[in-house]
Amino acid sequence: MKSRKLSIPYLIWMVIFTMIPLVMIGVTAFTDKDGHFSFEPFINAFQYTNVFAKSLWIALLSTAICLVLAYPLAYIITKMKRSTQNTVIMLMMIPMWMNFLLRIYAWIILLQKNGPLDMALSLLGIHGTYIGNTAAVIVGMVYEYLPFMVLPIYTVMSKIDGGLIEAAQDLGSNSFYVFKKVIFPLSIPGIISGITMVFVPSASTFLVSQYLGGTDDIMIGDVIDKIFWTDQNTGAAISLVLMIFIFIFLVIMNLFGDEEAIA
Amino acid sequence: MEQNQAKVIVSLKDIFVRFDGEVILNHINLDIHEKEFVTILGPSGCGKTTTLRIIGGFIEPESGDVIFDGKKINSLPPNKRNVNTVFQKYSLFPHLNVYDNVAFGLKLKKLPKDEIKKKVTKMLATVDLKGYEKRSVAKLSGGQQQRVAIARALVCDPEIILLDEPLGALDLKLRKSMQLELKEIQRQSKKTFIYVTHDQEEALTMSDRVVVMNNGVIEQIGTPEDIYNEPVNAFVADFIGEANILNGTMIDDCRIKILGRELECVDKGFGKNTPVDVVIRPEDIIITPPEKGQLTGIVESTTFKGVHYEMSIRCGNCEILVQSTRCAEIGSEVGMCVVPFNIQIMNKLLPFYNNIIETEVTYSDEDGNMFEFELEGETVTVNGVYFKQGEKIRITLPPDALSLAGDGDGDLPDVYIESVVYKGEHNEIILESDERKWLMLSDVDEQVATYVHLNFDFSKADFEVIDSTEKTEG
Repeated sequence: MKSRKLSIPYLIWMVIFTMIPLVMIGVTAFTDKDGHFSFEPFINAFQYTNVFAKSLWIALLSTAICLVLAYPLAYIITKMKRSTQNTVIMLMMIPMWMNFLLRIYAWIILLQKNGPLDMALSLLGIHGTYIGNTAAVIVGMVYEYLPFMVLPIYTVMSKIDGGLIEAAQDLGSNSFYVFKKVIFPLSIPGIISGITMVFVPSASTFLVSQYLGGTDDIMIGDVIDKIFWTDQNTGAAISLVLMIFIFIFLVIMNLFGDEEAIA
Repeated sequence: MEQNQAKVIVSLKDIFVRFDGEVILNHINLDIHEKEFVTILGPSGCGKTTTLRIIGGFIEPESGDVIFDGKKINSLPPNKRNVNTVFQKYSLFPHLNVYDNVAFGLKLKKLPKDEIKKKVTKMLATVDLKGYEKRSVAKLSGGQQQRVAIARALVCDPEIILLDEPLGALDLKLRKSMQLELKEIQRQSKKTFIYVTHDQEEALTMSDRVVVMNNGVIEQIGTPEDIYNEPVNAFVADFIGEANILNGTMIDDCRIKILGRELECVDKGFGKNTPVDVVIRPEDIIITPPEKGQLTGIVESTTFKGVHYEMSIRCGNCEILVQSTRCAEIGSEVGMCVVPFNIQIMNKLLPFYNNIIETEVTYSDEDGNMFEFELEGETVTVNGVYFKQGEKIRITLPPDALSLAGDGDGDLPDVYIESVVYKGEHNEIILESDERKWLMLSDVDEQVATYVHLNFDFSKADFEVIDSTEKTEG
């Protein structure tokens, strides 16, 4: 009973800041400009299908790259001395304290024409621009979200009981099999939460593509950002569709996770 | 006798291990024979688990050799050793079911699937877990997890099974039945079992041989009967079973003086008038009428233990534990007799009784009636006594002048408690500092293998100026 009373402030919070806005978005998405019930916003939203697909694709790609980079890194960190581990994790976090826009500007400077990358490659006789394309957007996103992949994987991995690793060695596993049979299967929950934590914000991100991408690298987050000022109904409809896609993705992820854990 | 002829399968030669500067194993030697059930017994922190981990390959000794089947295997990793371990916390793989846990080692050996299945099924039947194949290990009880861990090690068919306090987490009844079951499994499988425990009863129940360890050294190796009946020192006697351990003086061969009485015994070769430790098991004391006893005392308490009564009898300042099927009344005077054969004489753990410090006065103040000296890098202040600076002195501290500083602010910090033995009157505590050992009396049960701060009460000490021309001894 007591715990129920304690939860009341949170319930009120949830209702005001989660439930009501969700309902409002839902209502707005099914209303036309004159305030009547309508599917018009969804029909309008259809013209952004390409942007939508591209956004999900970029998010997926960034998530995959983050995973490929983060997993070995997390594994290497767990092998370090305890004090070194804390330092490395700290170093991973520090850039996150810097303003998001500043970090993106930094990438613009790094990638722009006559920037450090261009100059370095020019020495090898390669010339070109490295900004204003999809690759630059992905680089920016990977940079942005990598810590969100490393941290959950590292947390799960560092909690794996050392006794299990010894048991695996004792039963005849070399380091490769220890990894394959024990560390990897037990780190899957970390991978799943890492993927979730990277994919969800990347799918709806904006600004990164505006600053680092080309004209056709516009992402759905940017569309919502722009359109909402002129056409709230279509903006709400797009948001709703995006939410549904993310929801489906998460459900699939969780199914996948459960299966892996059993196998 | 049979064991001596059996082949030595694993042999530890002069093993020395140190972690962070702390000596864990101090040059131990141990031979283990084929098909033998050996138990390494000792209090926590004595180095028994480290010994096991050296055989398992998880620790490489700093010096010394591990010989397996005639070959030196010091740095061979665990996965290449024909040894399997049953871990203290079982360490079952939480992501695998019972079958896959047991099959883990066999799969790594790349055996054909049907053979793995045959072996695992047979092994699960052996440990009484038939039908549990598909269960998640997290849903098993402690005893069942234990059996999965044993099956997982046994199924690999190693030469040696190492067991690290495998029954520690089980309740008493289950532990007893698992002890017998383990012994039976060992007999049937004809494997060498090396078992680590701090439970002396477990060791006596299961083992062919018991290795008693303390403070990084092996105190005694022998059959359970040997260890119980002929302990080599007070530590072993105290650790194995109930014992009255008393201070005594060996008058001559076969003559021992304890509690002010001269008694006959069967031990020889300790010299004349040598201080010794004497062990008398409580069940070896016969209660007699007061006039017929070798010793007399007043019954202080009795406890009914089922098969016998346990009585505490006060004999002068000393408390003696007696087990007898007949109960004497509390407050009554009784006599006690021991046959000479049941009086076990042992050398003292320490060659001295009083703690002697020979040192030089580093600072003194005649008005303040005090002086200071250096002890293992610490400055110790003595009040109430004055010696000239630079004078060489000998301080004799009786064991009751030492005490532990509870507040962590003692004369000598970081002293290690090596052993605590109850001597009927007080606990005799042996402490080890950086450079030497100390003997202390205490009425409190201190925790062995911990670090404490030591305080000296110099009002109980004797001081003596050492003649500068005389050469200091000892």
